[in-house]
Amino acid sequence: MQSLDDIDRRILRVMQDDPDLAVADVGRRAGISAGACARRIDRMERDGVILGRRVEIDRRALGYAVRVFLRITLDKIAPRAFDEFLAAARALPEVESIQTLLGRVDVRMDVGARDLAHYQEIYRTKILALPHIAEIEALMLVSELKSTDRLPL
Amino acid sequence: MIDLDDIDRAILRALGADGSLNAKQVGEAVGLSQPAAWRRIRRLEEAGVIRGRRLVLDRAKLGFGVTVFVGVRLAVRGRLDLEAFERAVTAIPEVQVVQHVLGVFDYRLRVVARDLSDFERILRRRIMTLPGVGAVESNVMLSDEKDAGPRA
Repeated sequence: MQSLDDIDRRILRVMQDDPDLAVADVGRRAGISAGACARRIDRMERDGVILGRRVEIDRRALGYAVRVFLRITLDKIAPRAFDEFLAAARALPEVESIQTLLGRVDVRMDVGARDLAHYQEIYRTKILALPHIAEIEALMLVSELKSTDRLPL
Repeated sequence: MIDLDDIDRAILRALGADGSLNAKQVGEAVGLSQPAAWRRIRRLEEAGVIRGRRLVLDRAKLGFGVTVFVGVRLAVRGRLDLEAFERAVTAIPEVQVVQHVLGVFDYRLRVVARDLSDFERILRRRIMTLPGVGAVESNVMLSDEKDAGPRA
């Protein structure tokens, strides 16, 4: 991979701010020609610096009003506790994302539900049935004040 | 809230898997003509189901090797001025996500940093100094699995 210079970083900043911008406009804002800009974007895509574009879907608009973040400590005495827990959690459609962590908790997961009754049902019948849970803590989302993938380049 | 049919959900799954698809490609994926796919995408955007597009970058290749989830509990007196805390924390460029939550913490943050010492600097100089901060807990992300789109 070729190392990035200031112009590359300027292009990425412009694209982060407005991912739908045409290449020529990205170039103009970054102060270079459309052709030079296209070549740099191609190179960064080839090098895997730019991975693609992602559509942001509002789950509330889809009727999933409740979002809970679960913080889970696993019973690490059991061999393969991590693998078995993750495999079972991955299979639950209500689990929207899973991260493994280094710290006081081992795993965190996002769970989406239509309402509190629906969440309670998911929690009782599916989450608590997951293997090797030693401790579980829930944070319920009230509001999201900031949500971006933007990197401070 | 808008009613979604199976085709709408198929569109969301296709776009969730690859946000760079245009209306023609989405149409091909779900069996619609380009204008029909375009109209449906437009409708999903107008209803706020599709909030926008984001550029996906390789954090590690750009030098951001560490992502940390930080739970923040406000000090009792800090609760008086939630707005000051919220304004200050959302302004920190390394803080990508700020969520107000109910539970053992009051706020949940996602922070990107170049490495652990860079994170320590951000934590000490920018987060611990925010107005009203009480207890803070950090968990470093080791792996991340995301769902491509809504399955429901």
